[in-house]
Amino acid sequence: MEKLTRVSTISGRTMFCHLDAPANAISVCRDATQVVVAGRNIFKIYGLEEDGFVERLNLRVGRKPSLNFSCADVMWHQMEENLLATAATNGAVVTWNLARPCRNKQEQLFTEHKRTVNKVCFHPTEVNMLLSGSQDGFMKCFDLRKKESVSTFSGQSESVRDVQFSIKDYFTFAASFENGNVQLWDIRRPDRYERMFTAHTGPVFCCDWHPEDRGWLATGGRDKMVKVWDMSTSRVKEIYCVQTIASVARVKWRPERRYHLATCSMMVDHNIYVWDVRRPFIPFATFEEHKDVTTGIVWRHQHDPYFLLSGSKDSTLYQHMFKDASRPVDRANPEGLCFGLFGDLAFAAKESLMSAPPSVGDVGRKTYPGGDRRYPIFFFKKPDVTEQFEQVSSALSVFESEAGSSVGMDWFINTAQSYLLSGKPFGELCEHNAQVAKRLNRPQESTTWTMLRIMFSEPANPSLSSNHNLNKSGNLPLVNSFSMKEMSAALSERNKENRQDNLHSLETNLNNNDENEETEGSEGQAEYLFGDAELDDDDLYSMEHDNQAAEEPEYLLPQEAFPLRHEIIDHPSAPEPVQERPESPHVSGSETESTCLTSTESFSLISVSQLLFSPHLPPKFFCPIVKEMLCYYAEQGDVQMAVSVLIVLGDRIRKEIDELTQEHWYMSYIDLLQRFELWNVSNEVIKLSTCGAIMCLNQTSTTLHINCSNCKRPMSNKGWICDRCHQCASVCAVCHHVVKGLFVWCQGCSHGGHLEHVMEWLKHSKHCPAGCGHLCEYT
Amino acid sequence: MAQSFRWDALGSRDSSSRHAAMELIHQEVMKRIETMGPIPDPQSSSPPAMDDSLSSDLNALLAHVLMLSKRCPYEDIRKKCTCLLQKDVGVRIPRPVGNGPSRFIPEKEILQVSKLDKRIQSIFEDAFAVLGRLDNISLVMGFHPQYLENFLKTQHYLLQMDGPLSLHCRHYIGIMAAARHQCTYLVNLHVNDFLQVGGDPKWLNGLEEAPQKLQALGELNKILAHRPWLLTKEHIERLLKAEEHSWSLAELIHVVVLLTLYHSLASFTFGCGINPDIHTDGGHTFRPPSLSGYCACDIANGNGALEEMFGNQQVSELSGEVEVLMEKMKQLQECHDEEEASQEEMATRFEREKTESMLVVTSEDEECVPSRDVSRHFEDPSYGYKDFYRRGEHVPTLRVQDYSWEDHGFSLVNRLYPDFGQLLDEKFQIAYNLTYNTMATHQGVDTSMLRRAIWNYIHCMFGIRYDDYDYGEINQLLDRGFKVYIKTMVRTPEKITKRMYDSFWRQFKHSEKVHVNLLLMEARMQAELLYALRAITRYMT
Repeated sequence: MEKLTRVSTISGRTMFCHLDAPANAISVCRDATQVVVAGRNIFKIYGLEEDGFVERLNLRVGRKPSLNFSCADVMWHQMEENLLATAATNGAVVTWNLARPCRNKQEQLFTEHKRTVNKVCFHPTEVNMLLSGSQDGFMKCFDLRKKESVSTFSGQSESVRDVQFSIKDYFTFAASFENGNVQLWDIRRPDRYERMFTAHTGPVFCCDWHPEDRGWLATGGRDKMVKVWDMSTSRVKEIYCVQTIASVARVKWRPERRYHLATCSMMVDHNIYVWDVRRPFIPFATFEEHKDVTTGIVWRHQHDPYFLLSGSKDSTLYQHMFKDASRPVDRANPEGLCFGLFGDLAFAAKESLMSAPPSVGDVGRKTYPGGDRRYPIFFFKKPDVTEQFEQVSSALSVFESEAGSSVGMDWFINTAQSYLLSGKPFGELCEHNAQVAKRLNRPQESTTWTMLRIMFSEPANPSLSSNHNLNKSGNLPLVNSFSMKEMSAALSERNKENRQDNLHSLETNLNNNDENEETEGSEGQAEYLFGDAELDDDDLYSMEHDNQAAEEPEYLLPQEAFPLRHEIIDHPSAPEPVQERPESPHVSGSETESTCLTSTESFSLISVSQLLFSPHLPPKFFCPIVKEMLCYYAEQGDVQMAVSVLIVLGDRIRKEIDELTQEHWYMSYIDLLQRFELWNVSNEVIKLSTCGAIMCLNQTSTTLHINCSNCKRPMSNKGWICDRCHQCASVCAVCHHVVKGLFVWCQGCSHGGHLEHVMEWLKHSKHCPAGCGHLCEYT
Repeated sequence: MAQSFRWDALGSRDSSSRHAAMELIHQEVMKRIETMGPIPDPQSSSPPAMDDSLSSDLNALLAHVLMLSKRCPYEDIRKKCTCLLQKDVGVRIPRPVGNGPSRFIPEKEILQVSKLDKRIQSIFEDAFAVLGRLDNISLVMGFHPQYLENFLKTQHYLLQMDGPLSLHCRHYIGIMAAARHQCTYLVNLHVNDFLQVGGDPKWLNGLEEAPQKLQALGELNKILAHRPWLLTKEHIERLLKAEEHSWSLAELIHVVVLLTLYHSLASFTFGCGINPDIHTDGGHTFRPPSLSGYCACDIANGNGALEEMFGNQQVSELSGEVEVLMEKMKQLQECHDEEEASQEEMATRFEREKTESMLVVTSEDEECVPSRDVSRHFEDPSYGYKDFYRRGEHVPTLRVQDYSWEDHGFSLVNRLYPDFGQLLDEKFQIAYNLTYNTMATHQGVDTSMLRRAIWNYIHCMFGIRYDDYDYGEINQLLDRGFKVYIKTMVRTPEKITKRMYDSFWRQFKHSEKVHVNLLLMEARMQAELLYALRAITRYMT
């Protein structure tokens, strides 16, 4: 067994054995033939064989269970193969000599620490030197030939979590603390640490010196980070940082691989990760065997990077083969997508994928091939032979948005500014808003407004029925001209105002027919909405199913003006309408009767049976649909529409939607408005809202603190006279009277007065009216 | 309604806006008094046949003004409110019942603190601005500004800031937890808050009226409050997998933190004998003062002169108690290394303390009568200690090395309820490390040993064992009276009496006793939290 082999003579495989109890720590002997496992209820040595672990020795002997066996940490001496040290939870440091002839191998017991000892560490080259770090904040150095510690180091801060002798510097060791600090000590100088720096927020659970690089120290903390520090310079420098998903309990550099280290976590996450510190975003390799948290990891041999041993709370001891590890990078998706500040879109993907011909509709696309200096992070990374990551070269495409395209938010601003939310009768508001939406090329919104007007306008409003006339005419273009004549004749006897609109829209309709053919594709959205609403609309607009139209949907879609939109809703009604138009237009109220009659007459020419939706359906009837529509808009992200409709409809719909949702919409909309600096609109919305929580937004921070212009002290009382210097505070520099109202002043000299007086004054002089000689500037 | 009032403007740091708000309130009060009309005969016992809701409204209003006149951190508001109440306007003016925030501690001593210390003043002002009140708990904690600041921050984060639970649920869970210990004070406080954030008043009729999701917490609440070590991953699983009534993990962490906080806060409330806040029920009375000038409760409060005399006498008899304690501490420190107890000896010491702590003292069986029927907020009121502690239940041991707050609990909380772990961590640390290096009249004493003994004793009661602690120390440092107090406070806080409070550590200052209470509270919270988090961890793995 006595070998100084460099490369392990034992080959191996991924294997495990059950322990009787959870392990807290493991350690291997120098020649990688045996491993010691220590925990609260276990302290055993296992031999590493070709095809499994073999229990060699149980060190927990004696009848009485002693707390000295309850180990927090264990270390096998790297020089002396019979020597082990353990740190006990009760504060004892124990050394064990396997060469002792009797069953009890305990050699020495140091009980100098008052609290749990978290870590023990043998000196890598000095046989008799042992270091311990404890919860009580002290580190002690023991000479194994003596009965007591030779020196005590006080961290002057909280508990010590880890101590590690430097591998290259004979005298140096590092200690990590619960308060986030790491200290460097010289073993000869127990009075004061050499260096201290704050490495993590919260406890630093572990640290490990790089086996080759003199100055490198890796630390892991509760803050889920692994950091690599360069100590060789005068200032400690963080050179690498790896973010993990859970607190880092152990960290161990991988032998023979300069940039690799293994970590395991203390909570929640049971895997062992091997990281390439230069690639901190994705683990190089992962071992996923354990079922509970991994408590100890160790590389089997200090020159062999292919075997990793680990002990866990799930009472198993594993030997992991590196070739069996899973490589997350293989499963990772090397594509990335990000929106820029101004609506640009950047997209990176494997070059092989990007070489395909650009898809249609790529507007303003610019491709930055690899190596563009504007994106050095991506592409200037020189392939490193030592880096075993799969090399993926990606192409980055940036899609720039054209001004005014849909990516921008101009429509939002325009809409917000042009919408009318109050101050006119309901119908006109809807009409206006519909126009606005239309102008901004948002047909869906425009139609919605029109529909709302129709639904909620007074039942007697003739515009309802006339709309339907138009509907029909749009439906069957063949008879368009005819029906129009009929209609205009009929309508001219009636209300003139409404007709005006309708006629106008009808004409545009007809005129636009050609254009509409082209825009068809872009209007898929509008169609979508109506598809949404159709179910509810069935019984409202129930009418004969028009098969012919269904076969030729193109005919219906191209129409742009609202009446036709309306028709689209009506059209896909269920084959068997629930409500087979029991109320024909004839039943309508006396006032509207004549109108309706005329309408039906005109219809009769077009198609046989038409149900106008009954003029005296209560507006309440529509509430569920409208509610659904509002929710739809809000979910689509167009909270502007939802809130605007909410405000315009006011009491008609408010009770239908629960207060919290309303408040939520208002808040989102107001927030958006404020981001676009549309203060006036946002204020109007706040004012018009009916939610208590929203309205009081206007009442916050309305206090204005003023200082007296004479004595520069804060004005405390409410009057015009400063109670400190007993003078009128805000005097107009022109008329010398107290200004009660708008006070304008120069920010340079702080003199000012009534707005009109100052304006007057500035017409003939540039100097301050107070005579201070300042050249006042007003914006 | 008093709520509709804009009290919050009073919390402004700017004196003129405070002034303006005060004016408004003044006018409003006057207006209401006028609409009420004068009470025809103040002597008549029957209330005037008047609109009842109006008068109760006004009473609530006046009570709030009374609270402000005593508790507002701003001198000017206090004065104005006092003036308002002194005006003879023909309505009954309320008067505080008892004096001061605590039944155990003289009012003078508590209020002195805020007058002397700038820092306290500013903490109080902040708290007042946020809550619109200054509750008695904060006033008593004012002895320890460093802690109070953190406490308020944590509470604010837990109850008001973003979190997985909705606001009214948080208060309701607080009520459930406090009701477990029949803590009327906390229940009242949070019932008000609960209604204010829009909670459904129906829920307050009892847990059966609350949604099923909340009802499911009853079990967790019960176990956590009384026997947290029985909590298993099955409990957690039942909560998380209840179909439409299930909780999410993040919510559950929030719940657990709330429950444990309010259990331990209930301990603190009883331990310091917190009085009802002036503006709540039982905090004020409309009765005219009795002729003797002393109210019976005044005497019991320790605010009368009689009590002072009595107290002095006792102290002189018992001087030297502190010195003895200090001597013991010194001895323990010195002889620590000589006397090395064997392992099994250590284990038995722990077991001894643990079992001994289970035996509850039942000599004082004064039942307190809660004014609001708090018992309806939880089910199964009989699930307490009496039943099984007499039998001496065996509590399993949790080794802190296997599951500790620093290593395990923190990570879990911070993972599921971001940033909160940090806040709790700070709170525990401040509580554990708080010291002024004084003991009674002695300066420059290292009290770490004593604090550790108290902390570990409480954890020991919960079966939490520190391998590296010699539980023999507890016996040396904590005398019987003190142990009884700790036990009562942790297990059945509702049974704390003034006698118990007075009888431990007689020479110590009140501020030091409050300090002890803080330690107890935090230790208890951590213990409960550890068990709850351990169960959750086990569920997750």
